[in-house]
Amino acid sequence: MKWDFASVLGNADALLVGLAGTLRIFAICLVLGLSLGLLVGLGRYARTRWLYWPATAFVEFFRNTPVLVQILWFYFAMPILLPFAISPLAAAALGISLNSAAFSAEIYRGGIQSIERGQWDGARALGMTFGQAMRRIILPQAIKRMMPALTNRAIEIFKMSTLASAVAYVELLQQAKLIASLNYNPIEAYTTVAVIFFVLLWPMVQLTYLLERRLKRDE
Amino acid sequence: MSYQWDFAPVVANAPLLAQGLVNTLKVTGTSLACGLVLGLGLALMRLSPRHWLGWPAGFVIEVFRTTPPLVQLFWFFFALPLIVGIEMTPFLAAAVTFSIQSAAFFAEVFRGGIVSIERGQWDGALAIGMSRRQALHRIVLPQAVKRMIPAFLERAIELMKTTTLVATIAYADLLFAANEIAQKTFRPLETFTVAALIYFVVITAFSVVARAFERRLAVSGESTVH
Amino acid sequence: MTLLSVRGLTKGFSGNAVIRGIDLDVAKGERLAILGASGSGKSTLLRCLNFMEMPDAGTVTLDGHAIGRRESELTQVRQRIGMVFQQFNLFPHMTAVGNVMEGLRTVRRMSKADARARAARELARVGLADKAETYPAHLSGGQKQRVAIARALAMDPEMLLFDEPTSALDPELVGEVLNVIRALADEGRTMLLVTHELGFAYHVATRVIFLAEGVIHEAGTPDEVLKNPRQERTRAFLASHKEFSL
Repeated sequence: MKWDFASVLGNADALLVGLAGTLRIFAICLVLGLSLGLLVGLGRYARTRWLYWPATAFVEFFRNTPVLVQILWFYFAMPILLPFAISPLAAAALGISLNSAAFSAEIYRGGIQSIERGQWDGARALGMTFGQAMRRIILPQAIKRMMPALTNRAIEIFKMSTLASAVAYVELLQQAKLIASLNYNPIEAYTTVAVIFFVLLWPMVQLTYLLERRLKRDE
Repeated sequence: MSYQWDFAPVVANAPLLAQGLVNTLKVTGTSLACGLVLGLGLALMRLSPRHWLGWPAGFVIEVFRTTPPLVQLFWFFFALPLIVGIEMTPFLAAAVTFSIQSAAFFAEVFRGGIVSIERGQWDGALAIGMSRRQALHRIVLPQAVKRMIPAFLERAIELMKTTTLVATIAYADLLFAANEIAQKTFRPLETFTVAALIYFVVITAFSVVARAFERRLAVSGESTVH
Repeated sequence: MTLLSVRGLTKGFSGNAVIRGIDLDVAKGERLAILGASGSGKSTLLRCLNFMEMPDAGTVTLDGHAIGRRESELTQVRQRIGMVFQQFNLFPHMTAVGNVMEGLRTVRRMSKADARARAARELARVGLADKAETYPAHLSGGQKQRVAIARALAMDPEMLLFDEPTSALDPELVGEVLNVIRALADEGRTMLLVTHELGFAYHVATRVIFLAEGVIHEAGTPDEVLKNPRQERTRAFLASHKEFSL
């Protein structure tokens, strides 16, 4: 059997376009997902009912429905309700971001909850408000504990970028499909893209291991 | 603009949706079962002092955790048949992909579980004359498995969501059925909303059962958290 | 009649020698107390005797046969030499009687009924017949250790090794375990006892050895070592255990 990587390399420009698309949606979803997640996470930690219940509903719904369903819903179903069309990027980014926000909300909540009571007491005894205590004392300590889980989330977001190909957004997998159909070389095309993802993700995975080990050592 | 919701066409296609749900559960169940067995094998290979066993197992685990599931699925469906020369159905591709993927995940959970059993348990078992194998089977593994049940349940729920990917290779799961119905009836809003709700209900139900099970385990005196 | 014989036993961890050549003979019916400061190698010595730790050099001879390294041989040896640990090491997923039965079922391949009957007898012997169906999590430290002793006894060992059996217990629970060990001593069982309970060692042991820096620093009868120690280090060790008084 003859492997033909030449035709894949010949389409290197298509792959680069795909890579750019992957990185773009990754960056958007990472920022949106993790920051929205922080807000929702704080909402889950709040004691007032009108913050807690919407946040909980949000988390429950977006964690318990598959991302692909959400993406297709945003792409096919939502335009019916709204007067404007939605691009593949917007639909995919919405689906992935909301899903990531729901998962990171739980990471934030867990991290904040893991900081023992005494820290709150110490902060409040100095006269700090809830907001000041959260910002100056609790969150800085919590962030350290949450780093492994958050980097894990980032890795998942990167992997989820491939789902955007379902609505024909131009990212790496979509380009692989294109190359495979044009050159009849699915083996080389998909293997190449798999290798590219591996090369991109491996440093992030190693970083997660490193952070986990550091955390275990320091705790 | 006021939109007229009409769920009738969706309800009319309920059998298709039901079949889709059944297929989703089929893929999930098959992948979980195979993944569990394969995962235990991979974990024992990784824990073995023989490097020629540990290294390939580690390689498989790393590759499957560091590449996107959809890329794996496409590779197994489009690329593998050409390499090995076999007929590949969407179900087979899905089952193989998600089995190995789950196995990679379970392998790490198993390994962590076994390693977390303290040295003293090995000591106690060896001191009454057990061989290492007997100690593993009778004392260490049973305790490790109990600790891993929460992770296993978590993974089962994750897998149910991941299997929606099979819709992209035209396997008739719930999402694929929904897509077909949406195109047929020109009612994407109702169809996809119903599909999302069905997933939500099924997955939430499993979540609730999983959490109740975890609580029962915690109460029985065995700690599952370490 | 010599049951156990040790010659030139040496063991180290990551370059540090913990036991530096120990010679020892244990006769049947002897009760040997092993004393020493922490780090002197007491536990390591004990754990080398049933090969829970692999000696770096030296021989261990049981009943005239030198013990080799093969697992099949070691599992046999460990059935003949019982061990009780400081941390009990009970199996948490089995009841008390389940723990005691485990060796009989898995290693001796006894039937469930026979194993259970035997296990119940051993538990009664250590005074825990009523706790047979209780899980370790619901037992006190003293009860756990007594179950551990029953578990070791169920295997009919020719010799018992006690590795600081009461060091992990709250003071008020130490007595119940020492009473069980004393009863075993009165039966004439061969035992090696690593302990800090010097008073107990004095009354129960037939011979005492004091370990320092991985070698036997002093050996003799309890009267000799504990009441009239010849070596300076032994004297210093005893002095630091102020609660010990005869």
